[in-house]
Amino acid sequence: MEYDVVIGLEVHAELKTNTKCFCSCKNESGVEPNTNCCPVCVGLPGALPVLNKKAVEQTIRAGLALGFDINRMAVFERKNYFYPDLAKAYQISQLVKPICVRGYLQVGNKKLPINRIHLEEDAGKLVHSNDGSTLVDYNRGGVPLIELVTEALEEPHIESADEAIAFLEKLRQVYIYAGVADCIIEKGQMRADVNVSLKPKGSKTYGTKVEMKNIMGFKAVHRAIEYEIARQKDILDDGGVIEQETRKWDDDKGISFTLRTKENSEDYRYFPDPDLLAVNISDKEIDEIRKTMPPLPQELKAKYMGEYGLSEYDADVLLQFKNVSDYFNACVEQYNQPKTVCNWITTEIMARIKTETGAGPILISKENLVWLMKNVDDKKINRLNAKDVLSAVWGTEKSAENEAKARNLIIDIDTNALDEIVNKVISNNAGVIAQFKAEQDPKILNFLVGQVMKETRGKANAGDVMAKIKELTK
Amino acid sequence: MLELGIKEIREQILAKKITSEQITAAYIEEIKKSKLNAVIEIFADALDRAKEMDKKIAAGFTGKLAGVPIIIKDNILVKGKKASAGSKMLENYVAEYTSTVAQKMLDAGAVLFARANMDEFAMGSGTETSYYGKTFNPFDSTRSPGGSSGGSASSVGGNLCAGAIGTDTGGSIRQPASYCGAVGMKPTYGRVSRYGVIAFASSLDQVGPITKTVEDNAILLEVLSGEDANDETCDKVLVPDYTEFLNKDIRGMKVGVVRSVEKMLSGLDSEPYYNQMKEFLKNNGAEIVPIEIENMELALPVYYIIAPAEAASNLARYDGVKYSYRSKEATNLEEIYKKSRSEGFGKEVKRRIMLGNYVLSSGYFDAYYNKARALQAKLRDDMLAAFNSCDVILMPTTKGEAFKIGEKANPIDAYKEDMFTVGANITGVPAISVPFAMGKNNLPVGMQFIAPHYEEGRLYRVADFVEKHKEGK
Repeated sequence: MEYDVVIGLEVHAELKTNTKCFCSCKNESGVEPNTNCCPVCVGLPGALPVLNKKAVEQTIRAGLALGFDINRMAVFERKNYFYPDLAKAYQISQLVKPICVRGYLQVGNKKLPINRIHLEEDAGKLVHSNDGSTLVDYNRGGVPLIELVTEALEEPHIESADEAIAFLEKLRQVYIYAGVADCIIEKGQMRADVNVSLKPKGSKTYGTKVEMKNIMGFKAVHRAIEYEIARQKDILDDGGVIEQETRKWDDDKGISFTLRTKENSEDYRYFPDPDLLAVNISDKEIDEIRKTMPPLPQELKAKYMGEYGLSEYDADVLLQFKNVSDYFNACVEQYNQPKTVCNWITTEIMARIKTETGAGPILISKENLVWLMKNVDDKKINRLNAKDVLSAVWGTEKSAENEAKARNLIIDIDTNALDEIVNKVISNNAGVIAQFKAEQDPKILNFLVGQVMKETRGKANAGDVMAKIKELTK
Repeated sequence: MLELGIKEIREQILAKKITSEQITAAYIEEIKKSKLNAVIEIFADALDRAKEMDKKIAAGFTGKLAGVPIIIKDNILVKGKKASAGSKMLENYVAEYTSTVAQKMLDAGAVLFARANMDEFAMGSGTETSYYGKTFNPFDSTRSPGGSSGGSASSVGGNLCAGAIGTDTGGSIRQPASYCGAVGMKPTYGRVSRYGVIAFASSLDQVGPITKTVEDNAILLEVLSGEDANDETCDKVLVPDYTEFLNKDIRGMKVGVVRSVEKMLSGLDSEPYYNQMKEFLKNNGAEIVPIEIENMELALPVYYIIAPAEAASNLARYDGVKYSYRSKEATNLEEIYKKSRSEGFGKEVKRRIMLGNYVLSSGYFDAYYNKARALQAKLRDDMLAAFNSCDVILMPTTKGEAFKIGEKANPIDAYKEDMFTVGANITGVPAISVPFAMGKNNLPVGMQFIAPHYEEGRLYRVADFVEKHKEGK
């Protein structure tokens, strides 16, 4: 039987803020366990949360970037459950009145509806030791987290693993461009839970949804979805019934297994956190955030293709990484030749920074790259030499101009001197000249140009040389 | 000397008639002799702190609590000192930081020299649920001092300190103050910081003073009050000099009396004293204004839904994982949770945790918690509306004199102890209990005044007048 697949996503992203969500501990990763901790984020008796306004601002920013309505009053609630990484045995989260309601994300030709984004605190981390004991690191506890929930009960849907990944990639790009989150997947800064349901093709009634947790990384999301679609298909094809449950994905084994069924699902006993005031958000505040919103990928893409005349492919390459498009924008600002700048960046720069998982830093200043591009265009340095200079200054403090001068690569030979050299080459290659005159073979011409270039040590312009040889051998 | 209060002790110290060390040592001696079991621990460095204050005072320090020995309830954190909230769960818990209220008192020069017994996690009305044993009433050792701040009130009534700090979630300052002949103030919710105070029900808890006189109370509240960057619910409302409200008459003051409260009061032991108070106020120029606050009798059930709900969540952190009691029997995570909590919490606390989780659980949330919250909002509106026609409201604090120890073994009987006090907590307004009469068993009976939010000054004005002009004065 054929089925329609309906996929829902719950995406958590750690917000970029200086301090945690409800205390003034630093929001940073990669430090000694339990060093960014205080009475509030380890849940000592008597400690009280105080909302970090910046986290609310960042949540609003994320919402605006995705076309959300912003609630003028938002409420924090307690989600109660026991787990050692949850210091207070409740997570401060939002249920009834989240900060952002109703947004969407354009993925390909689908405008995918999003139900909500709410702000909550992250939990700590369990560290399992070799001796079988488990330690808790509360550094991550209290880090501000936004949870986005797609609207799976409305058209259009995410219908395949590929589309789910495209959604996540696009979302990640929006968060990074809006400056709300770094979304470094390896650090767990962006995590997704997935739910999948199947219904007979064309049916209006939704199937039973199965949730999957513990999926680390986008590749695993893809695998987990494919696995779950196949699993449900098998059951339905055999006339079976899908149980509403939460499953845990085991990426090593490539399978998922039941974590809990509907009957033993957790009751989180949400209620408004009496330690926190309701958050009032004014129109003025929202306008301020809107005004300071950095350009988003879709806006930049329109500009690159419309104003700059770049191809969609080139625009996408530039926008894939924010540091690349930032660099492109900065270079174009100094040298208003977008196509040239794009060519240099998509070839020379990308080749140097692309890694398996992303893009490394660009280790040449925009001033240096602009100098090289400009001087190639002005025929002051030839392209191959310019690329050598780029290599030489990459990752150093050197100036491209000084480097080109030191290597004596600046094209500064005058017409008389060039005439002299061309004449010399012509007289030294009488036999070849005769052959060229007879056959007009471009290979011979290139050979002659090469000879001249060699004599000038590359400081002449190849086009000029070629024209000169043609003229003198007519 | 032991009978002296905050103001007089400070004055005597500043006048060099006594030292902080002498008076602190005298109280410590008295506590050691006392059979009230009001105090869980006398801090080891109490006399060092007193000596330090004497030095500072000699150098010119004149803080509002300069050298004054104060007892704090066992749920208030002072860095480096144990705070157990009357529970086995936190028997060995040493505070990692100092609460805002303790810091404010220390800055004002107080000698916080001991911690007072209390009902476990402030859940109780008789100081009978403490892991550290029952506390006794200083007027009659067969009777309860009330609770949950029974240790604090008993210490004040028994002259074991100059003054004490309690917390009041449903009456836990006012009721024991009434039973122990002390003045007890539950300030406006938001007047005093809760940072560093072990939470019971966060939306209702307030720290407040229990003192020998109204003036002492005013002095101490001024020290405790004011905004706190560590507590969002603590408001930025200017703190007045509360002593400016003292020594005034009550002529023209409109005192509201609530019909439904009078109905609740009918036939109770405190009824005649309540009526005497009305007479007293009228005779001194106040105007008695009959008012109605509908559903006032529902404040108690509302309280017993909201408070346990918040408590269930607040007490979940005592899970045996981090700093709280961990069962020796536990061999895995689930057992750490179950056995530690089963062994670490007492019966009443467990009862309220179960009650709280029940009213929050899916399927019951709307029927209980949400309904209670809706009623709370209405009571609050009605309370505020009532103040359109009066300046303060008069109510009894308690049903009568202190009850016999063990008499309130039935939880519902114990919960009814709060029937006149929970209204102020549910609506967030300030309320004071001031000693008014000696009952038929020759035990103190207090009367309660309630004012609009942040009008503690009005309460001090009327309570001070009552204290100075009541019969027998």
